[in-house]
Amino acid sequence: MNELSSVDRPNSYIGRSVPRPNAKRLVAGRGQYVDDLRLPRMVHVAFLRSPHAHARILSIDSAAARAAPGVVRVVTGAEMAEVCTPWVGVLHHLKGLKSAPQHALAVDRACWQGEPVVAVVARTRAEAEDAVGLVEVAWGELPATVDMEAALAEGTPVIHPALGDNLAFMREHVGGEPDACFADAESVVVQATFHTGRHTGVCLEGRAILADYNPAEGRLTAYHSNQAPHMMQTVFAKHLGLREGDVRVICRDVGGSYGIKVHVYPDEMATAALSKILGRPVKFSADRMEGMVSDIHARDHRIAARAAVTKDGVITAMEIDDLTGIGPYSVYPRTSAVEGNQVVNLCGGPYALRGYKARTTVVFQNKTPTCQYRAVGHPIATTVTEGLVDLAAEAIGMDPAELRRRNLLADDVYPFKNHANLSFEGLSHQACLTKLLAMMDYEALKAERDALRAKGVYRGIGIASFIELTNPSPFMYGIGGARISAMDGATVRLDPDGSVAIASGVTEQGQGTEAMLAQIVAGAVGVDIARVRVTTGDTETTPYGGGTWASRGAGIGGEAALQAGHALREQILVIAGAMLQAAPEALDVRGGAVVDRATGAERLPLEELGRIVYFRGDTLPKDLPRELVATRHYTPKDYPFAFTNGAQASYLEVDVETGFVTLLKHWCVEDCGTVINPMLVDEQIRGGVVQGLGGALLEHCVYSPEGQLLSGSLADYLLPMSGEMPDIQVAHVETPTKESALGAKGAGEAGTAGAPAAVQNAINDALRPFGARVFAQPFTPARILTALGKI
Amino acid sequence: MKLDLSLTVNGEAISARVEPRMHLVDFLREVLDLTGSHAGCEHGVCGACSILVNGEMVRGCLMLAVQAEGAEVWTVEGLTESGAIAALQEAFVARNALQCGYCTPGMLVAAATLLKANPSPTREEIREGISGNYCRCTGYHAIVDAIEEVSRA
Repeated sequence: MNELSSVDRPNSYIGRSVPRPNAKRLVAGRGQYVDDLRLPRMVHVAFLRSPHAHARILSIDSAAARAAPGVVRVVTGAEMAEVCTPWVGVLHHLKGLKSAPQHALAVDRACWQGEPVVAVVARTRAEAEDAVGLVEVAWGELPATVDMEAALAEGTPVIHPALGDNLAFMREHVGGEPDACFADAESVVVQATFHTGRHTGVCLEGRAILADYNPAEGRLTAYHSNQAPHMMQTVFAKHLGLREGDVRVICRDVGGSYGIKVHVYPDEMATAALSKILGRPVKFSADRMEGMVSDIHARDHRIAARAAVTKDGVITAMEIDDLTGIGPYSVYPRTSAVEGNQVVNLCGGPYALRGYKARTTVVFQNKTPTCQYRAVGHPIATTVTEGLVDLAAEAIGMDPAELRRRNLLADDVYPFKNHANLSFEGLSHQACLTKLLAMMDYEALKAERDALRAKGVYRGIGIASFIELTNPSPFMYGIGGARISAMDGATVRLDPDGSVAIASGVTEQGQGTEAMLAQIVAGAVGVDIARVRVTTGDTETTPYGGGTWASRGAGIGGEAALQAGHALREQILVIAGAMLQAAPEALDVRGGAVVDRATGAERLPLEELGRIVYFRGDTLPKDLPRELVATRHYTPKDYPFAFTNGAQASYLEVDVETGFVTLLKHWCVEDCGTVINPMLVDEQIRGGVVQGLGGALLEHCVYSPEGQLLSGSLADYLLPMSGEMPDIQVAHVETPTKESALGAKGAGEAGTAGAPAAVQNAINDALRPFGARVFAQPFTPARILTALGKI
Repeated sequence: MKLDLSLTVNGEAISARVEPRMHLVDFLREVLDLTGSHAGCEHGVCGACSILVNGEMVRGCLMLAVQAEGAEVWTVEGLTESGAIAALQEAFVARNALQCGYCTPGMLVAAATLLKANPSPTREEIREGISGNYCRCTGYHAIVDAIEEVSRA
């Protein structure tokens, strides 16, 4: 923490595991999730969704629904289109990305099973659902394009004829001299085709919105389970014909998000539009079944990949050919091309390659749209990269940890730009790997594995190094034309009782955003953390900002809060200097009081300063500034992204008779720069790891050839349960970013980025005596038994 | 059609007329404004709606309100006020055994039920005991730690 003298003051909470101020409310059942809120005259909407993957809407008969008890209004796509304009999910900097206009309710044609088609508003949700059952839609089924491998083939139906074909986006990148590396006669080339299974976030609180349009004011207030309130303010305004200033988005407690709740969803847009139509509050709360077909899915990729390695252990090149199916529309406004684009950016990222070649092909299909889910593209890239590294190690007969040690970027090469054109300010791959191997006692674990193998118990060890994109600058979305702020602000205010209020543009979905902000500001101002309270998630009362996604909350929102806290302290000291007839530089704020900087002797409690400023300003010099509130903003400027890094390991046992995998232990060492709250960071890592393990072993959106989701309930879609998850040991290396005084980089996605790769490598290590390998996630018992030749 | 329903919720006598199809968790949330119990899946898998009915943990989404006629129901609100789960709540906060908090009321009921049946569980028994309750945020490790901590106190 030596570099951090500016934050390492008395009352500093940086680096301390402080409990979250909002947790007490949540354990008492006093959260305020959207579905908990009710407003006068509130009505509920339920949606008739397409039962077909692709079908023409020939006619809609809603007479019976309109006459049903409690029904207030039935709205079709054509009627909705008069109130809510369609959107197109493209970004200019993703060159060539195309998509078709998407409506809040399908007009003429539905393009995936689950697309909302008719909205029914009634006094209760139950009555709305009853009436949905009475709406008669005559469907004309159309051939569905389901298999992404066939999406571009001759004869496959083109989903949007106006676009010409089913290709949404393609990007090819070549860096260095990959062809020469692969042609080198002295090198060994290893290859495999990887599949990452389509899965989704399953936030325990489904998506929800309570939209309240007040026609008297012409203003919309949306209580929204969402990560990016300012982005939604823009979107609602633009597509409902309102001014941004007439839209207020409030995100109170959010019951899980993980990137699922940062996108524009047609049913949520329809709900806001219905409130405008009806002039009264309308609530939509997605139930689990409709969430499974309408929340964004992710990670539906097939990646053919190869790597060249010299016989003495230098990995020289990687080549990646990625194909991904994104559903019928690129999701607005972040687009569905980012995931494939990230695969191109991130593969091979931890390594000092001489050549790199990558391509992503992003195609339309008639399945639920995909978009950014926690650790966007990272688990895919890490699975491919680390799978290739293990294959290379096996091919040349080298220990996989040793091969990594020889090829990971050295810790002293930074700043460094790699062949994917990523710029790294400072990473710690070698230090993380060293710490990981020590933490897991790698040599002892290998000995145990080998001893058990001799007894017919098949255990495996898998390691995965990774990089993680955090703290995105405007290069992520802003340059592509999306009004998604890369900047965040914080306002910090001293109230007369000596307490401090923070309002921040970053948002809280359980990560501990509010704790992090309170810790930073308490230290920056010089007060006990118990005197600090935090407001987030309200476009009307917080500074403009991006919200919480892409691991940006602490690094960007935290830095803004730090600067605002420092500014408030300076304001306090100027006023205190005048009151105490002392030089401000000779004073400090500690423990909620102005003190003598040199001796620490208390001179003036903040509540006394507050009393004088607010109630007895007549006693202060006339020209003395009296501001006790400061706002500061921060946006990263030196680097497009603050990359972080880490290494994970998995130890597991495969039952070669049943194909079942038992996870025994998981380790993660990661480097998010300055650790503000070790406990919260560790829990971000652990939660992220388990979401990665879910995708690796359990979670799968399985579709029929006709485009019907076959795993659309939680009885069919398997989620990690506590009984099958391992203990997860977490450690850190700290390489603070020099871009900010705080030095914090993101930590929210590191766990998810590396876990599937570690598990893949561990399973293949366990299967090595049988010459069997699996590369298709989820690694189900059936797939493992197939690899073993047993079924 | 509505039916008469009388029961005790968090120690309070309640009389209401409800539709026979109304689930108990919806009755608690929508009729009694006890929004601490959450409907996470509405098909009995996730456990977010776990409550106590006559001392037993039940899924509020798998029981109809009218089936609770004459029953004694406790939700997170009542269990908080009575102090029955205070040690668990304190440990959950101290150990950050919750993130978004949506699963937490149900998880606390599951944890209390586990510790009642087995006051000194192993970590494996804790993991098994709360396996009927999904948490998407924490990865469970911290929840297991918190319950273990309470069991040792």
